[in-house]
Amino acid sequence: MLQIQILIVFMIIAAVIAVESVDLLGAVVSVGAVGLGLSIAFLFLQAPDLAIVQLVVEILSLIILIRAVGIKNGASAVRERRFIGTSAVVICLGIFLIFAYKSLLEIPRFGSPIIGVAGRYLMQSLKETGAANVVTSIILDYRALDTLGEATVLFTAVIGVLAVVRKIGRKSKE
Amino acid sequence: MTEYILCLILFCVGLYAIMIKRNLIKIIIGLCIMEYSVNLFFTLIGYKHGGIVPIFSSLDETPARMVDPIPQALILTAIVIGLAVTCLIVAIALKIYEKYKTYDIREITRLKG
Repeated sequence: MLQIQILIVFMIIAAVIAVESVDLLGAVVSVGAVGLGLSIAFLFLQAPDLAIVQLVVEILSLIILIRAVGIKNGASAVRERRFIGTSAVVICLGIFLIFAYKSLLEIPRFGSPIIGVAGRYLMQSLKETGAANVVTSIILDYRALDTLGEATVLFTAVIGVLAVVRKIGRKSKE
Repeated sequence: MTEYILCLILFCVGLYAIMIKRNLIKIIIGLCIMEYSVNLFFTLIGYKHGGIVPIFSSLDETPARMVDPIPQALILTAIVIGLAVTCLIVAIALKIYEKYKTYDIREITRLKG
């Protein structure tokens, strides 16, 4: 599909700008461009639920990242000059891409997935769960325990954030 | 096939940022980019040529033409968890900035106290 390829090329360009930009605020905005491009790609890939969730999550993580970048002085004053390290990493990534290409030849081609248990879900979900949206019926009915685990991970992360950023109860050093 | 390769190149951009950058914010950005590319890869695997959305808008729709719904359900979970992980990393990075007054990972050497 040509649209998907153009979108992924756009995302790659935005990602390179985000990684290589000196200005940290510009880098964060470029990450936002990557995420919104991903949201549009989900729409082209026939996944509207994912597109909506990605849009909301992207905006939230953008706000959080801007909070981290908003510190005035010294945030972007990190010099990055290493020739040997950079070339070694680029060579390693090239080897990784070659092996990834070899293994990509083994999985089914783009556009013809192996639909195993999903076929049964597609045929039966309207009868068995009564939900018109098959994705929702999988999340909240067939694989509800997965969603419970997701909520657990989410609350664990919230507890972690609270433990890291709390001010009360921390001993102050004189 | 081209889509898969482009998706892997996007993954490699994020991996490059994690391995080579010395700014903590750049490392977080690389992690975000890797997460996006993996989400995209799963959705690409589930796509079917000429497929339609797996939502029954009327009773006479044929389920055989719908795209694979399971990767979409799994990625829906993964996106939300990615947001929580980003939150946690940014909180830790802010704490590090409070203590060391810099994001440079070479300066963060005093692990005690």
